Amino acid sequence: MVPIGHYIFLSVALLAIGIVGIVTRRNVIIILMSIELILNAVNINLVAFSRLVGSVEGQIFAIFIITDAAAEAAVGLGIIIAFFRNRETVLADEMDILKW
Amino acid sequence: MFPPRQDVLRLMPEIILSLSGILLMLIEPFLSGARRTLIVTLAALGSGLALVSTIYPATLPGTAFSGLLRIDGFSVFVHVVVEAVAFLVIIGSADYLDREKIQHGEYYALVLFATVGMCVMAGAAELMTAFVGLETSSISTYILAGYRRDVPRSNESAMKYFLLGSFATAFFLYGIALLYGATGTTQLARMTFPTTPGRERLLDLGLGLMLVGLAFKIAAAPFQLWTPDVYEGAPTPVTALMASGPKAAAFALLLRILATVGAAGTFWFWALWVSAALTMFVGNLAAIAQSNVKRMLAYSSISHAGYILVALAAAAASDQVELGVAAVLYYLAVYALMKLGAFIFVSQLGGESERHMEIDDFRGLAVRQPVAAACFALFLLSLLGLPVTSGFLGKFYIFNAALASRLIWLAVLLAINTVIAAFYYLRVIVVMYMRQPNQTWPPAPMPWAVTFVLSIAAAGTFYLGLFPGRVMALATQAALSLPGR
Repeated sequence: MVPIGHYIFLSVALLAIGIVGIVTRRNVIIILMSIELILNAVNINLVAFSRLVGSVEGQIFAIFIITDAAAEAAVGLGIIIAFFRNRETVLADEMDILKW
Repeated sequence: MFPPRQDVLRLMPEIILSLSGILLMLIEPFLSGARRTLIVTLAALGSGLALVSTIYPATLPGTAFSGLLRIDGFSVFVHVVVEAVAFLVIIGSADYLDREKIQHGEYYALVLFATVGMCVMAGAAELMTAFVGLETSSISTYILAGYRRDVPRSNESAMKYFLLGSFATAFFLYGIALLYGATGTTQLARMTFPTTPGRERLLDLGLGLMLVGLAFKIAAAPFQLWTPDVYEGAPTPVTALMASGPKAAAFALLLRILATVGAAGTFWFWALWVSAALTMFVGNLAAIAQSNVKRMLAYSSISHAGYILVALAAAAASDQVELGVAAVLYYLAVYALMKLGAFIFVSQLGGESERHMEIDDFRGLAVRQPVAAACFALFLLSLLGLPVTSGFLGKFYIFNAALASRLIWLAVLLAINTVIAAFYYLRVIVVMYMRQPNQTWPPAPMPWAVTFVLSIAAAGTFYLGLFPGRVMALATQAALSLPGR
């Protein structure tokens, strides 16, 4: 059996990649992908912990998160398309109409 | 397999809200012509019925669905606030949507679904349920923020809200995963301090990440950066909803975690303290610099989140959480009414495409529309916290709770901020009452629906300001109904 530390390491690595992606990338679609990466990091954590503590709750939770990620991606892509139609860009630093 | 009858009754408000949302989506394609009245009536009826049906959970306290939900005085209080907000927003939106030519059934359905999510958050006794509620309300509001699809500002608002909101949710989830690893359960009541060595750190880390996620949702500093942009770009009735409903629900969730999980109070206390102080100052100081009324109100809502955080810190500081929790609940009710009234008023006055949002556009409004101007002035004075209005008593209770928990400095900062806030609220009132009317732009008369919403909000603001007894008693009862630490 793979020890728990390996899973946590993988999960933290995914979390780090996700955060770096969100902070450094300009393209909104890649930011969206980075958010999905963090959600998957959570899933790995939950399933690994579920095995560790011997309860099934973590696995059920992971299924909920997968469903939620799908809903979020659908809405997110919809918003990106609406934005692209009006502005012809998907770059985060060109979202600059609203500022003080 | 069918859940017990009691459990279904306890979930009645959510069921009614969901069913009326689905019904609206189903009948929308079959309607043409004079459909507007029918849609609005149905949506208002749905949220009104849900409000009435809160009597079921109120009379049947207990846990439902094998401990997923906890229906107690606390959740009922938040239910009533959130459902009343939905009801008023639905009625107040109709004329705005007509004017912007985006009158569709799904708008109301989304408002109803968002409300379902907030209600679930209020009653969640378990983190999976809390998460589902949070996402139901968040995803619905992302769509609503971008509801003026052809307007770049609205697109941008939705985009920013979506990206930062889902980022925050991801943090919240990571926190939950760590908590689950530390305690082996997602049930809040069973999250005792871990005995296995090494897991305490996991618990602290998890609680910290959850706090970050929820701080995004309530727009607490330093995670408030999205708020002004999103509130300014979203359709104004949606801003009214976002500023009052989801914020109340997220505060409710924070409070429930704080009251139920013993480790949270001690671990969160300093974070809440610092965040409360920062949020008040950031909101108020930035609001002074604004010339756009909608944006100014957005910053003011940040500062109000700071005031509520003071009460939250007070609840975290002492062993008796009741005083702090009751202050938060009372302020949530007060704040929801006055903020909603202010934003609905601005949505009407903004005119077509929200062109008239500058403070200058409010010149001499008291001459043109004395009643509406008086209502708006009342909301502003209440936001400022002047006696007789509800904002004063709300602040008073928070002050009281802070002093009872010996948070003298936080109370002092709260008082200083109230003085700073006077500056920008009074400026708008001065412009409305003491300047010559704007000749080029005649504001349209208030439609009856908006007048209705404004008068309810104004009446509520007076009622909570003059006769706090009953509502405060309910809030205290609600606070006592939380499971103690």
